Amino acid sequence: MITFTVNGKPRKYDGDAEMPLLWVLRDELDLKGTKFGCGMGLCGACTVHVNGSPARSCVTKASDVAGKSITTIEGISADGTHPVQVAWAAIDVPQCGYCQAGQIMSACALLAKTPKPTDAQIDTAMGGNLCRCGTYLRIRAAVHEAAGQNNSAKVAR
Amino acid sequence: MNRRFFLQASAAAGGGLLLGLGLEADLKAQGRGGGPGLLPKDFITIAADGTATLVAKNQELGQGALNLLPMLMAEELDVDWKAVRIVRSGVGPQYGGQITGGSSATPSNWEPMRRLGAAARQMLVAAAAQTWGVAPEECTTASGVVMHAASNRKLGYGELAAKAAAMPVPAFASLKLKDAKDFRIIGKSTAGAETKEIVTGKPIFGIDVTLPGMLYAAFEKSPVMGGKVVSANLDVVRKLKGVKHAFVIEGIRAATDYPNYLFGGPGFEAGVAIVADSWWAAQSARKQLVVKWDDGKWGGQDSEANERKADELAKKPAARTLRKNGDTEAVFQRKDVKVLEARYVFPHIAHVTMEPQNCTAHYRDGKLDIWSTSQFPAPGRASVAQLLGMPEADITLHMVRAGGGFGRRAYNDSMLEAAWISKTVGAPVKLLWSREDDVRHDFYRCGGFQFFKGAVDGAGKLAAWSNHFVAYGEGDTFINDGGFNPGEFPAGYVENLLVQTSTMPLGLKTGALRAPGSNSIAWVMQSFMDELALAAGKDPMEFRLEVLKNAVPATAAPGRGGGRAGLNAARMADVIRLAAEKSGWGKRQLPKGTGLGIAFHYSHSGYFAEVAEVSVSADKKVKVNKVWVAGDVGSQIINPSSAESQVQGAVIDGLSEMMQEITLKEGRVVQGNYNQHPVLRIAQAPAIEVHFLKSNNPPSGLGEPALPPIIPATANAIFAATGERLRTMPMSKQGFRFA
Repeated sequence: MITFTVNGKPRKYDGDAEMPLLWVLRDELDLKGTKFGCGMGLCGACTVHVNGSPARSCVTKASDVAGKSITTIEGISADGTHPVQVAWAAIDVPQCGYCQAGQIMSACALLAKTPKPTDAQIDTAMGGNLCRCGTYLRIRAAVHEAAGQNNSAKVAR
Repeated sequence: MNRRFFLQASAAAGGGLLLGLGLEADLKAQGRGGGPGLLPKDFITIAADGTATLVAKNQELGQGALNLLPMLMAEELDVDWKAVRIVRSGVGPQYGGQITGGSSATPSNWEPMRRLGAAARQMLVAAAAQTWGVAPEECTTASGVVMHAASNRKLGYGELAAKAAAMPVPAFASLKLKDAKDFRIIGKSTAGAETKEIVTGKPIFGIDVTLPGMLYAAFEKSPVMGGKVVSANLDVVRKLKGVKHAFVIEGIRAATDYPNYLFGGPGFEAGVAIVADSWWAAQSARKQLVVKWDDGKWGGQDSEANERKADELAKKPAARTLRKNGDTEAVFQRKDVKVLEARYVFPHIAHVTMEPQNCTAHYRDGKLDIWSTSQFPAPGRASVAQLLGMPEADITLHMVRAGGGFGRRAYNDSMLEAAWISKTVGAPVKLLWSREDDVRHDFYRCGGFQFFKGAVDGAGKLAAWSNHFVAYGEGDTFINDGGFNPGEFPAGYVENLLVQTSTMPLGLKTGALRAPGSNSIAWVMQSFMDELALAAGKDPMEFRLEVLKNAVPATAAPGRGGGRAGLNAARMADVIRLAAEKSGWGKRQLPKGTGLGIAFHYSHSGYFAEVAEVSVSADKKVKVNKVWVAGDVGSQIINPSSAESQVQGAVIDGLSEMMQEITLKEGRVVQGNYNQHPVLRIAQAPAIEVHFLKSNNPPSGLGEPALPPIIPATANAIFAATGERLRTMPMSKQGFRFA
């Protein structure tokens, strides 16, 4: 039996301890916001926070998170009002949207440590998150927007 | 365009207005005729509170269809965008064409969707006029309200909806569409219809579909196209934790029947399906699965051997001449010309949509429900019906948002597999491919080999152009989406032209990847054009403009594969000049190791010219500093935010393609994941300026046509920076990589 916290709630899991956290979240706890992209920690679609730091849940075993605190895209705000979520919408970042939960989780982790990041700091922090649609320029703009460093909204809020 | 539109109204269940339209041509194309029984369509519903529910009939892959189609309706309906609720349609003939591909949503819906909105508006006006006893012509509309200024009366659409539904449907010809200067929604950026769900992690994608009692499937397919299962240790696998079923699926007819493996055909690859109580259990069981394969005829296939074979074919006379104008050989013999020869090689590449292929199916009591991200839903359903021997009417197809498409989801193999597996096990099943499955079982952008010979004369004019395309296929048949349009530029713009081809076999499924054909053709053609420009001592931009001015009458076979041969030189010249102007072409001093490259391409009715600025280090690291894009997709950009995003994405996508290849060894795809088939990362993304040149032409799509020019523009810039011509992709073959 593995116990941990997900989005502030205590959770238990007593299945295969080798199962990656990604599948525990998606298929056992029905938190589908975290996405499967590669299964090897190459694309970042599965990014969550483990004790506040970004982690690739597809290569994090269930047993690795015993006693830890996990935050997923569903947990960063109750209603989509986290500044990063608001910025993502205002900048109209998503195309297909599949990678964006992972992108947002990486951005939130960056801003928690570096409230006013430079382009270079953004590129480093977001370097593990692929976007196949190529929304990178808007991702960069949205991180700055969330940091209060510009006002370049593409669409009405 | 000579289509007739049918409009029909009926009272909605909720007392609102229901109005629909059908395209006779679409209905006929589906073999359904145009009988009135098929015509009621549901696109617009107006609720009592005035909310307009608008139905989007095309799949959403990130290209913006969920916004685009309702925006067109809402404009002519004359409602505020904030009063619009967008819903997805189901899949059925009542919606007309539902194929998502070919950048076709804009050109094929620009008129019909607006006419639909206009018809609904006219019926609402008629209802108000009747209520007030005034002439409809005296009424105006704005923001979901009908007004009669003379008597200072007004009624909201919600109040009029029930009565409007009973009004006669206006005749097609009587509908007057707005003048573009009066647009209030078209031309204004709207927020993505599902952005809120995306940023909060709601389960809206295909992979998120969950049904009560659902099982999970993984499917180990033959690593070689057309291979068969000889034996498998199913008894061992069935005993593994969580595994409920394990069984062999034979390759079904057509699936392996090269070269007939085209979309829409029934069948799929042979393999072993494992069905378990979690996907992780099913996937983990594959590690214990031992399959003895019969590789079949393609087991020895090897990419390096294919390349050698192509070079041998290039030395022989070409098997076929696709087009011949003038006499290229005579020009090459002349003393006053410079002759260049070049060999270009482009690889197979995979789509690698971020969301791996998946499908959920539930077969019960002779009926089947399918949840799919397909770009070609109706052909998919038809294939499933054929495969399972059941009527299409017993299959309900639910469209679910796709995590990227790029053409991959035009092929319904995962739908066929899920349907087969669900029927076999008698339970709802979610089939999910691993990334490795996705990379190794794609319908790849087909590679090929182009052998060019060209000449420029003493005046620096393009005097002759020939290309021998060594392609994959058999005899005169090119492999699926691996062909060449003999009308491709510069055909028609040079007096002496020879387009020839030879084919060689390939045991690999191939298909459409974003800007099919164009994504490789633009690179080779615009690169060799650059070589000739420099040989002529001309500026590459000026040389292109001169060639475009040299229209010569076409005398040979018509082009294959759409209207690419129909390039309008004046429109192209305009975007070339715009891209050049914005980039400071010819006007800037660049440091050593930095260069500009230009290229253009016409596809999907779109005109695009792009300039790339790159800096290349001594160890061949390429930094793309900035890209300037100029595009002409007609008179109107419908959703500017989405349009800019599509173009930026196309540029980044094209740069990714410069790093990618799929190779075969012993018949098997070597690459398996993003480490071997990379996608550009954020730090590698250049600044991208997007400029649209509005021309007096009907709006056309831009998911695809912005992509092709970036590859030759970048390659030409690399030459400008280094003096080394990129002639083999991926560029790592010549030692280049993105910084």
